[in-house]
Amino acid sequence: MMLASAPTAIPTPDVVWSALVPQLILMIGGVVMLTIVSVIKGRPIKGMYALYTVVVASAALLSTIPLWHRVLNPAEGPSSLVGAAVGFDGFSLLAIGIICVGVILCALLADGYLQREGIDGPELYVLMLLSAAGGGVMASANDLIVLFIGLEILSISAYVMTSMHARRLSSQEAGMKYFVLGAFASAFLLYGIAMIYGATGSTNLGDIQQFLAENILLKNGLLILGLALMTVGFGFKVAAAPFHQWAPDVYQGAPTPVSAFMASVVKVAGFAGFIRVFTVGFGTYILQWRPAIFALAVLSLLVGSIGAVVQTNVKRMLAYSSVNHAGFILLGLQAGALGTSGAMFYLGAYTFMVIGSFGVASLVGRVGDGRQSLDDYQGLSRSRPALALAMAFFLLAQAGTPLTAGFFAKFGVIKAAAETHNWSLAVIAMLSAVISAFLYLRIVVSMYFGGSAEEPATLSGPPVRVPASASIAIIVALVGTLAMGIVPEPFSKLAREATAQITAQPADTLRSGAPDFGPVAGP
Amino acid sequence: MIAPLLANAESVPFNPLPWMIATPLIGAIVIALIPRHRTDSLRQVALVFSAISGGLTLYTMVEFSAAEKGFQFVVNAKWVESLGIGFHLGVDGISLFLLVLTGILFPLAIVGVDPHHDHKPYYAWLLVLMAGCMGVFISLDLVLFFVFFEIVLVPMYFLIGGWGYANRVYAATKFFLYTMFGSAFMLVGILATAVLHQQASGGNITFDLVKIATDQSIATEAARWLFMSFAIAFAVKVPLFPLHTWLPDAHTEAPTAGSVILAGVMLKLGTYGFLRFGLYLFPEASSYFAPVFLTVGVVGILYGAICATMQKDLKRLVAYSSVAHLGFIILGTFSFTVQGIQGGVLQMVNHGITTPALFLMVGMIADRRHTREISELSGLQKSAPIFAGVFTLIMLSSIGLPGLNGFPGEFLTLLGGFKGARWWAVIAAVGVILAALYLLWAYQRVFHGEPTEPNRDFPELRLREGLVLAPLCLLIVGLGVYPKPLLERIEPAVQELMVHVGQHAPKVDVRDVEAPKRASSERAVESGSGK
Repeated sequence: MMLASAPTAIPTPDVVWSALVPQLILMIGGVVMLTIVSVIKGRPIKGMYALYTVVVASAALLSTIPLWHRVLNPAEGPSSLVGAAVGFDGFSLLAIGIICVGVILCALLADGYLQREGIDGPELYVLMLLSAAGGGVMASANDLIVLFIGLEILSISAYVMTSMHARRLSSQEAGMKYFVLGAFASAFLLYGIAMIYGATGSTNLGDIQQFLAENILLKNGLLILGLALMTVGFGFKVAAAPFHQWAPDVYQGAPTPVSAFMASVVKVAGFAGFIRVFTVGFGTYILQWRPAIFALAVLSLLVGSIGAVVQTNVKRMLAYSSVNHAGFILLGLQAGALGTSGAMFYLGAYTFMVIGSFGVASLVGRVGDGRQSLDDYQGLSRSRPALALAMAFFLLAQAGTPLTAGFFAKFGVIKAAAETHNWSLAVIAMLSAVISAFLYLRIVVSMYFGGSAEEPATLSGPPVRVPASASIAIIVALVGTLAMGIVPEPFSKLAREATAQITAQPADTLRSGAPDFGPVAGP
Repeated sequence: MIAPLLANAESVPFNPLPWMIATPLIGAIVIALIPRHRTDSLRQVALVFSAISGGLTLYTMVEFSAAEKGFQFVVNAKWVESLGIGFHLGVDGISLFLLVLTGILFPLAIVGVDPHHDHKPYYAWLLVLMAGCMGVFISLDLVLFFVFFEIVLVPMYFLIGGWGYANRVYAATKFFLYTMFGSAFMLVGILATAVLHQQASGGNITFDLVKIATDQSIATEAARWLFMSFAIAFAVKVPLFPLHTWLPDAHTEAPTAGSVILAGVMLKLGTYGFLRFGLYLFPEASSYFAPVFLTVGVVGILYGAICATMQKDLKRLVAYSSVAHLGFIILGTFSFTVQGIQGGVLQMVNHGITTPALFLMVGMIADRRHTREISELSGLQKSAPIFAGVFTLIMLSSIGLPGLNGFPGEFLTLLGGFKGARWWAVIAAVGVILAALYLLWAYQRVFHGEPTEPNRDFPELRLREGLVLAPLCLLIVGLGVYPKPLLERIEPAVQELMVHVGQHAPKVDVRDVEAPKRASSERAVESGSGK
């Protein structure tokens, strides 16, 4: 009799396609490109791939604007869609927007790079778009399983991109290292998700939030273990110390535009997931996870700044400095909901600064992408004054000099630390910025003050060529860095409005007047 | 930032303050458009723009009303509304003459010093530096102040590193990192001040100096910590004794124009900061910590003087003399008396006239002889008597000879010190004698005696050099004989500051604030002109 009963249909959620347009544009854009290039014979016009990627990413970027207005409209409001698996809110839209900007700039850098190295082809661009789509999924994931899927799409594309330069051994080595360590990190994260499921009975952030608000766990060991494992997993992805060891090797070995991609897009997606899971899903547990984030932040700040000082390879220096920046962003995360807007502003600012820096580095690397030691930068101010000035500007911005994006970025996260009265953390962060400034100045010294006063150093090796696409990318990054430093108001307002919208609850609960478990403020 | 001002251009009378910052920046952009080989037009453009900005400071001085209380020429616009950061500018008696000093020194440094190479970036950086220095003295918003305070590092870093002497890269990096180290604490302090003020007073977060200083709503204990976070930044910038080691290197290795601006303007950022963001913002905390700063100030006076005596390099000697002179300013500031603070402000201006003049002359010696070693120089008085005469005048002013501008400031700080902090002032007075020792001894070795072979045909002062030094020499004599125009504008602001301090710092004795108006300035005039 039991066998006779008709199988019940598996409930499938409504898919609100319109809310997923940005992610879909990126993903379909990548797949379409892959299809077209495998059907069409012959080589397309130079720069076509990059142009296509820029168009796709720009379309995705523009598509966030109407969605943004929908989110702000209280009738549609921020809500979670698709069976509460996807968060449709300002936070995810802002993160996707930053990711799209990162893709546009990195694609422009990649164009000149791939042509110079003689490995031009569609593969890198396809992977870039797919990776960004994964990042978008991750930033808007309202379910830990969806988050994991997004993370894997993001990471696996990034592993391949890292080893894209098939003729360079270091690129292969970097790809291998990134893959092995990244797989470890994914395993940690997945294990953490399993623990969380065991402790709360759900992988949905909204359900977890509700469960933790309604129940007091007498034995929360499983939950804490899950949180710890997830912290490890996210720590790997955002290159926070002590889980940063892969970063210097991988950033150094990867093709430089890919290093820029990892430092910007991958980091933004990683942090977006990190922030969403911790401040929304586990906002009520902030007192439990804050010490861990605190420790991660202090270690990243110190390791990132001190580790960079002894390096002589510019890409390695930038890798360590990105660990330091991760520490700053963690400063925003440890403040809970108070710090998310600061962290998002930081991510936006960092995207411009780091792509600009790696952009210059990719040009100075010249054919073979190998000229990355400090000595290779000597005399750059004489042979390429504009490029040297741009690099100096990006480096000073990373150091937090006023009137650049870096200043207000640091300002925002230090403010978050101050609002939670974490003075020691704020002071440590600023002192680490001073140590980092030393490393940025070393690069500036090399570019400007190499050699003696009578005989200034000249650039060794072949001349530095600046393709048009790369100069567009660097100029856009420059304008972005400057604009966020001089008129930060629109960006700051955007980050504030966006992060205030973060939610894990489906629309019907929100509108039926159920308790709002929105962002939980720190004490 | 300028847009809201343009919009109201018809209804509001012309306000020179934003243009003081904007003019040099526009000049820097113009210079960026001029081809690099046209060195003469580069210099002329730099001079014109810096002179316009300097002219605006003079205009401000003329239009400034000594009788009016509070800040004048106020601009209060929004900068970053969501973060509560305002574009709040204003000038009072304390900042007025520092502004004028900046406006005078930059054009002189541009005319008086030739960079020898890479003229284009050199003048561009100088103009950016000028904009930054102007901004520091007129900012009335904590974040805006920090922005200018920190941004001046960048042009100065490039000036020292690009056009300095042998050890320039080391000196430039040390200068940048030291100052940034201090600023790191200040930025945390600024944010903490605003956050705690908001939590205590309610309302939106604000970084407005006047509002936070007037409210005084931050708890005493917290305010003391906050004061220290600001004080570290200023102590590095002044520099105070244990944090001073960047100064001799930076001053010695900097190109002459860099040394002129460093000594004339940038050291004042620290002492000015103590007045504006120490005494005014945290009156109780600054009086609480006064003994600490009096001590390091006095130690600086003696230590700087002793170090100066030992120097073999003429430029380094002048650099160390700054450490000593700034100690007097700190003594006056933390004596918490009207005379002391007034003397401190006056001494800031006078040190900003005398020491740049000394650096200019040392730069001329270095240009002519390609050495600054005292032992390599001798008998210059015989080969270049006019040069020696001008040097004597400036040196005597630095010693603090009555009748020259060094005297009234130093005298007032000591007078205030005797009233407010007797024993510190007693020890500091020894520094006056030491100043005579190191400068006269150096003068004797460099200018007296028979010139050795390479010094025999030391070229005489050229007309252009004389024209650069002439305004400074006029000020040295003029302000020495008649400092009243300065004092009568400085005094009301200092009085007001002391009343404010008296209200909020119970420990401070402010009886002399109520003394008959002008009393102290007249006394100073008598002592200044009576010798």
